[in-house]
Amino acid sequence: MTTLTKPEGAPAPTGPDSFLSVRDLKVQFSTEDGIVKAVDGLSFDVERGKTLGIVGESGSGKSVTNLTILGLHNPMSTTVDGEIVLDGKELVTATEKELEQLRGNKMAMIFQDPLTALSPYYTVGRQLSEPFMKHTGASKKEAKVRAVQMLEKVGIPQPKTRFDDYPHQFSGGMRQRAMIAMALMCDPDLLIADEPTTALDVTVQAQILDLLKDLQQEFGSAIIFITHDLGVISNMADDLLVMYAGRAVERGTVKEVLRTPQHPYAWGLLSSMPRLDGDIDEALTPIPGSPPSLLNPPSGCPFHPRCAFTGEVSGSLCTDVRPSLGDGRGSACHLSAEQKQTIFIDKIQPRLR
Amino acid sequence: MSENLTLPAQQGSTGTSTEELLRVEGLTKHFPIYGGFPIKRKVGAVQAVDGIDLSIGVAESVGMVGESGCGKSTAGRLITRLLEPTGGKITYSGQDISHASRKQLAPVRSEIQMIFQDPYSSLNPRQTVGTIIKSPMEVNGIEPSGGREKRVRELLELVGLNPEHYNRFPHEFSGGQRQRIGVARALALKPKLIVADEPVSALDVSIQAQVVNLLKKVQEEMGIAFLFIAHDLAIVRHFSQRVAVMYLGKIVEVGDRDSIYNRPRHPYTHALLSAVPEVAMDDETEARERIRLAGDVPSPIHPPSGCRFRTRCWKAQDKCASEEPPLLQISGNRENHLTACHFPEDPTTEARDEDVVLDPALKALEADAKQD
Amino acid sequence: MFQFILRRTVGAVVTLFLIGAATFLLFVAAPSDYASLACGKDCSPARLEDIRQALGLNLPIAQQFWDFMSGIVTGRDFPQGHCDAPCLGQSFYYNEMVWSLIKDRFPLTLSLTIGALVVFLVVGLGAGMISAYKRGSLVDKVATGTSMVLSSFQIYFLGPIALIVLVYQTGWMEDPKYVPFTEDPIGWLVGLSIPMAVMATIFTAQYTRMARASMIEQLAEEHVRTARAKGMSQKYVFFRYAWRGSLIPIVTVLGIDISALLGGGVVTELTFSLQGIGRLAVDGASQKDLPLTMGIMLFGAFFILILNILTDIVYAYIDPRVRLS
Repeated sequence: MTTLTKPEGAPAPTGPDSFLSVRDLKVQFSTEDGIVKAVDGLSFDVERGKTLGIVGESGSGKSVTNLTILGLHNPMSTTVDGEIVLDGKELVTATEKELEQLRGNKMAMIFQDPLTALSPYYTVGRQLSEPFMKHTGASKKEAKVRAVQMLEKVGIPQPKTRFDDYPHQFSGGMRQRAMIAMALMCDPDLLIADEPTTALDVTVQAQILDLLKDLQQEFGSAIIFITHDLGVISNMADDLLVMYAGRAVERGTVKEVLRTPQHPYAWGLLSSMPRLDGDIDEALTPIPGSPPSLLNPPSGCPFHPRCAFTGEVSGSLCTDVRPSLGDGRGSACHLSAEQKQTIFIDKIQPRLR
Repeated sequence: MSENLTLPAQQGSTGTSTEELLRVEGLTKHFPIYGGFPIKRKVGAVQAVDGIDLSIGVAESVGMVGESGCGKSTAGRLITRLLEPTGGKITYSGQDISHASRKQLAPVRSEIQMIFQDPYSSLNPRQTVGTIIKSPMEVNGIEPSGGREKRVRELLELVGLNPEHYNRFPHEFSGGQRQRIGVARALALKPKLIVADEPVSALDVSIQAQVVNLLKKVQEEMGIAFLFIAHDLAIVRHFSQRVAVMYLGKIVEVGDRDSIYNRPRHPYTHALLSAVPEVAMDDETEARERIRLAGDVPSPIHPPSGCRFRTRCWKAQDKCASEEPPLLQISGNRENHLTACHFPEDPTTEARDEDVVLDPALKALEADAKQD
Repeated sequence: MFQFILRRTVGAVVTLFLIGAATFLLFVAAPSDYASLACGKDCSPARLEDIRQALGLNLPIAQQFWDFMSGIVTGRDFPQGHCDAPCLGQSFYYNEMVWSLIKDRFPLTLSLTIGALVVFLVVGLGAGMISAYKRGSLVDKVATGTSMVLSSFQIYFLGPIALIVLVYQTGWMEDPKYVPFTEDPIGWLVGLSIPMAVMATIFTAQYTRMARASMIEQLAEEHVRTARAKGMSQKYVFFRYAWRGSLIPIVTVLGIDISALLGGGVVTELTFSLQGIGRLAVDGASQKDLPLTMGIMLFGAFFILILNILTDIVYAYIDPRVRLS
């Protein structure tokens, strides 16, 4: 499969490891009801060839962040602040033309629902060939060879005939495979997968997740994997970012965040989730209340209205001061490191068994 | 931990020994497909549910799992008689309701209620919460002591909503709260059986647990039998005493919770359990088996002959194509654990010596990786 | 696809037959005596009987209906002479074959339809698409505002204004009149330019708004976003991905509009004193002229059915999901 690898000629990355670097990203939409702070001061890095998981519930800003990286937000109603640096190139200030050259080429995206995310009007083959022809200048014939090869790689039977089929002639799982093949056509350095298996059945999900992992091994792309499912992310990612109300609230390696979580929201997520080997007689521990409106996010720590541990923090820190999330492993919470550890060991860990 | 669950004494606290509330036998629903030329006629059928047997005891919670298109939702709608069965028999409290008319159904309808998946579309946006919850009582002419409004307020309180919100509209509530309204509506007639069709799958993770806990409380404290239909195996396990696994319109395996989750026999149940992504809490947890099927579920219009799972099964042999395996207590199964399989698997979910990987793409990639 | 067209055509013929039957029954059931209407004021019983005989009104109703329907296919003999297929009968009021009346009047209606259609499709769809492409810009605002105002106008309002300004006050143009295209193409265009322009203006406004709304809806589709995520340019995505989907609702309305236009626009013809199908239909109805009314009804229904089939064929062309299901 020598044809699948791209010649090395890319400029050196900014940092030693960081390939994508997002700094203090703020994304705001103006709507009729007011300004929605969809992403509010988000920073993270993705290393070459590694997978960063982003977990959060609906409205946490995880999808918006990634559309912004690709520059796919609506420029009329959205304001973007901060820095997004991909392989030394600033993307927030990049022109539409520059972004077009990067999209589908250096960075590609896999969307949640392959039925709506693929055009019903064109064949799968054409939709796969297009970006390859645009970015590599390949002919239609060359693009077809590449597309058939990729379709085969992702496990589509009879790729030569399926090349001429329309998406609606594919099953759900096959459609998502075609989507993955499309994203990998130009061998991107960064692959953003936005809930790529949420619309799929569990056995198909397992196939697709393993496929993505195996393909990453081969292609060496960095992946940003967005999901709401902690189980999925624990098998997919190297590093993990937990988002809540447009902010990152916890960061670390997957093992660190899922095994010794520090933020009360992460505790809540883990203990509200039933496990296949969990104690059935123990009631689940839900997070009270519901996620906040981003039109009017809570002051201070955005999680404080749902947090059970604000009492342990002195004064009105939680309601007044926004806790910061430093670099590397950490959580944006006013509890002290010792408090986090004691609470986790005494109160949270027993629930997770 | 799960260890003590495997003790025989612990399991089946209610089990199937209790009095039977509902029984379905050979329940079938085929949706006809029309086409052809020059005159449109029936050219086939979607065999959504194709002969299932199941019983639900008084106050028992039964889970039903399976992937999309397996017929679990259709089964739920047949049991609540929102759909007319094509064949088979539904017996409720000894009464045959398979083809009962509206009039005959009236007394039964109030005892069998349904909770739907989508809390956004299953509530009328133009009615207040009070009206929504009250309407089942009005339709059935029930006048509780103290009046309907008082009962509605009690119900709101019971499901964890503020009774003061009686006059609010559904859009003023969040998704989780709306599902609570749906639960209150289902409880308004003091039902004996609630069919809950994916009641939490539209909700955010942090909210799901709220609704699951509420349903569990209702089930246990009010002694209501539940048919809990969902695709999330962990949630079904948490909720149900007995679990049925469906595949392409058939029940392939049914049994008490422990049997299904820890001692599954049907290859599909194995595949399903192995596919559930779980957070690995530590490195010591026993490794689970890894089974990766190939392709998607076949179309229910032309299901495979014999055993319907055979086209995706690693143990399939000629017999599987010619002979449909009956749902039986095969040897090695505990009581009431039925499996429809000619060549069942060992009753364990532990990792195998070699993973079962049927997906050709995965196979190829993993073979490549090994070579490197 | 062939099967589909065949099935639809058979369906259309059956529908035409049913429409014919319904119209026929309606008029036969109506409490008017056509013979005495046709006979006029100084009518003697003998003459009345002659007319009855001539019109075939003495025959049983089923026979009359059969004669009418079979005449469409095979032609029919009247005392005045033979009526070639498609024979829609003889008008009492005009004392002429219905088909030849329609043949006389239809070119005008067709001319107006084509003239307006070309303009409103090109300008309307174009303006709508540009408006959607440059959403929120000045161009968009002007286009949206203008079309909003113009689409609320009616022919009987805009028409007389155009006539007053262009004909009566300035004398720049003559009253609208119909000259056959085959005789004098320039005269044809000049003669009908005012009604064409007025009709086109109103339709253009409507199609601008429709095209814009439809396009904006398509641009929000996920597959359009995917195409952008692949690095396809905004223009490419607009014309390849969004455009197709946006046509579907437009084609639906267009089919209905064209068939309505071909059936004859009464208001347009009255406003500009033109003699088209619409005027003919009004005459038929007001004079209780059964064969004429039935003929025009069937003629209009024919276009509706044809355009329905055409619309479905266009759907299949646009959307492979329709084609391949």
